[in-house]
Amino acid sequence: MSTATREGVVGERLGGRLGDSPPRPDGIAKVQGSFAFSGDLSSDGFLWGATLRSPHPYARILRIDVAPAWRIDGVATVITADDVPGKPTYGLISSDQPVFATDVVRYVGEPIAAVAADHPETCRRALDAIIVEYEVLPPLTDPELAIDGSHPPIHPSGNIIRHQRIIRGDQTLVGDVVVEGTYQIGMQDQAFLGLEAALAMPDPGGAGIDLFVATQWLHEDRSQIAACLDLDPEKVRLTLGGVGGAFGAREDISLQVHTCLLALRTGRPVRMAYSRQESFLGHVHRHPATIWMRHHATWQGVIQRIEARMVFDGGAYASTSSAVLINGITHTQGPYKCINATVDGFAVRTNNLPCGAMRGFGVVQACFAHEGQMDKLAAACGLDPVEIRLLNAMETGDALITGQVIENVAPVAECIRLTAELPLPDTPVGGLDGDPMHLPGGAGLTADAAHIRRGIGWGVAIKNLMYSEKFDDYSTARCRLADGVASLKFATSEVGQGFVVLAPQIARSVLGVDDVVLEPIDTTIGSAGSTSASRQTWMSGGAVDGACRLVRERLFEHVGTRHDIDPVQLAVDGRDVVDTLGTLRISVAAASAGVVFDETFEHHHRPTEELDENGQGNCHTAFAFVAHRAVVDVDPELGLVKVVQIATAQDVGVALNPLSVLGQIEGGIAQGLGLAVMEEIVMTDGLVRNASFTDYLLPTMLDMPTVVATMIERPDPMAPLGAKGVGEPPCISSTPAIVAAIRDAIGRDLSRVPVRPADIVG
Amino acid sequence: MADNNHYQLHVNGSLRDIRDAWIGESLLYVLRERLGMFGSKGACEQGECGSCSVMIDDELLCSCLVLAASAPGQEIVTIEGIAPLGSPSDVQRAFVDCGAVQCGFCTPGLIMAAHTLLERTPQPSDTEIREALSGNICRCTGYGRIIEAVQRVAVTRAADPDSK
Repeated sequence: MSTATREGVVGERLGGRLGDSPPRPDGIAKVQGSFAFSGDLSSDGFLWGATLRSPHPYARILRIDVAPAWRIDGVATVITADDVPGKPTYGLISSDQPVFATDVVRYVGEPIAAVAADHPETCRRALDAIIVEYEVLPPLTDPELAIDGSHPPIHPSGNIIRHQRIIRGDQTLVGDVVVEGTYQIGMQDQAFLGLEAALAMPDPGGAGIDLFVATQWLHEDRSQIAACLDLDPEKVRLTLGGVGGAFGAREDISLQVHTCLLALRTGRPVRMAYSRQESFLGHVHRHPATIWMRHHATWQGVIQRIEARMVFDGGAYASTSSAVLINGITHTQGPYKCINATVDGFAVRTNNLPCGAMRGFGVVQACFAHEGQMDKLAAACGLDPVEIRLLNAMETGDALITGQVIENVAPVAECIRLTAELPLPDTPVGGLDGDPMHLPGGAGLTADAAHIRRGIGWGVAIKNLMYSEKFDDYSTARCRLADGVASLKFATSEVGQGFVVLAPQIARSVLGVDDVVLEPIDTTIGSAGSTSASRQTWMSGGAVDGACRLVRERLFEHVGTRHDIDPVQLAVDGRDVVDTLGTLRISVAAASAGVVFDETFEHHHRPTEELDENGQGNCHTAFAFVAHRAVVDVDPELGLVKVVQIATAQDVGVALNPLSVLGQIEGGIAQGLGLAVMEEIVMTDGLVRNASFTDYLLPTMLDMPTVVATMIERPDPMAPLGAKGVGEPPCISSTPAIVAAIRDAIGRDLSRVPVRPADIVG
Repeated sequence: MADNNHYQLHVNGSLRDIRDAWIGESLLYVLRERLGMFGSKGACEQGECGSCSVMIDDELLCSCLVLAASAPGQEIVTIEGIAPLGSPSDVQRAFVDCGAVQCGFCTPGLIMAAHTLLERTPQPSDTEIREALSGNICRCTGYGRIIEAVQRVAVTRAADPDSK
């Protein structure tokens, strides 16, 4: 196979223990362009695969004629639903999405057929030649019509994916102060840079298949793929292709089954690679949501009761909508004390694009609403945004509205205080040099600096870590130690977050070695769970730590036997094994010479419960907290916004690799900024209006402000390494902080993200 | 494809034969699929993201927007031509050391843009860095560490002009 090498990942000899920030082992390969992303993988004699997609959001398929495609020179195969040998559907939580549509299409972009051919252009022509006759149906695009039953079911499972209430405490209490609002969140795209791509290589005779793919969860992919292919899971071997970002969009199946089907059908390697437009249609997005909240408080501003109604638009297929809904409603109160609640939540099916996981997973939506409410409450009580939040800040030992008690370190007040202590920007509007590039609109040179208004806003968040509601998302790792070199094996998807730098740091710290070899990331070991939910440092970090500790025990037994010392007296000090009660000091390399210690460990988090009918139960595993303060300049005439600075203090537990943590903080804030003022997939009547990077705007270096960050390091006793996941919190409360700053600047009640120029000017 | 176009490209100092190619192929496609140079990345096909940036006759361009068959006679430099494998440039090392690389998909394009900036503006201001690299979208880092990496190279080169 003529694949590019995964240079840099395997066999790097780099130092760095926990708390250090060693360079990434894949860094040099990535800066030199030699790192193999999934779209860079090729093989002799391969074919290109491509997918035919529905142009209609809702239509009955009357006829599919693939014969014209077969007649095109260079076409090797054309497949439809008739060619799926196993289960005709797939899906993460419920298997409700067809591999290929048969009788009906439910969203724009739903796959109908696939082709394999000698060139991407041949594929394009072949897809063009396939004839599909549709009876176009009126699409269901308003989530409220899915709830009230006025639209006939668009799927055999009905239009409501999940309905869940939370009922706690006094249901009739009316506060001295009552504030309410309705908040809307637009559909955000993960917009990872590395488009969906895979290489499938069939066994002779189709007995099995190798799939190299960029994904967040190899084992989940494998079980869904194997079912559709009607193969034993062990015959479906997945290897992680280099992943160009994920952010939730690779948790669901996209091209995996199609690529395998084409390869098995042709008996040849098949490469599939989505275009950007296809990527917008081919993966799930952040749920658009409408959230109504009413807060009741005392005259002093103490929250007494929250009422809320949340509607998440899941689009045509369920994906993780039910879990996103639970995250949304269970985070209704935010990081604030509240003992009475009345919450009603719906995740519904429509003919809009399917929605599922994106960084923040339901909590982004809830946070935008509860933070808007906190500012309204502050205004109503005559408090400032910091005072109202400190007054209500949650602490360890407080109960959520689900009844679950927060057992984690919960430094909410500290997050707020430390953020408030960070310096405000000292630059005036337009910067110290008056450069128009620093004004809203930047290079457009459109803003009149004298009219620009500056505002400051706050956002504070709580985020659950790991999976919830009884799901045992364990992680597996294997450690081998021989001759002073540790090898680590795990199936943890490296999507950019840096587990490949963290895992060797753990091994070096536990075992006192310098050299750590990372074995290929594939399905020849047990599951690592998904790279999502801010969980891999905790879960796979815990698994690597556990495997390394088991190996260390074997090493101590070995040294103890040879030197007649009780192993419990032994410890690792630097690069040596030492007798803590004696004089023995022997290097780990010498102690492990000529022997092999090989251990595998599964890390499981504590069990969680499903919510009962009143939304009560210990459904979440753990929590992390963060505060953001935004400073913005707004041009009230043109509706343009320049985010000047974001300050943040984040509860990280322990910064195991401070540079990686900072990268998560800054990167997450960029995505939060995108949702606040730029990013939205615009849909009209189920049609997508902006499926390109020309029309879907992403923050550039000119849009991104300076970030000033404080990491709050209070090791969490529940976390295997004391460290909390850090990936999601930065993108949760940065969005409401920016919107609050815009409100502060212009005095308008903005209730929708992204904030558009017309919302500021209109 | 039944097309049989034949042309030659100057890539990283070598003359490369392109045979039996479809006339509609972009330079990005030809670099990757016909010359096996996978360092240039495609992420938008519209010149919006900068991931496919190459130098053509000393001009930084998106190779997804250039028809390969229109490029004979021009000097093309790709990420593979910036420095020998295993011997990264100062810019490349700074990206790794400063934490400017996460998933790394945008990185080759950013390296091309950063090299171009530092050749033309050896001591760029913060605004000049942001403006020069604003054609390269990074979805992972939020750009802070990338700016840091470019600044580090500028400072190092100023102190030691042989540091390149």
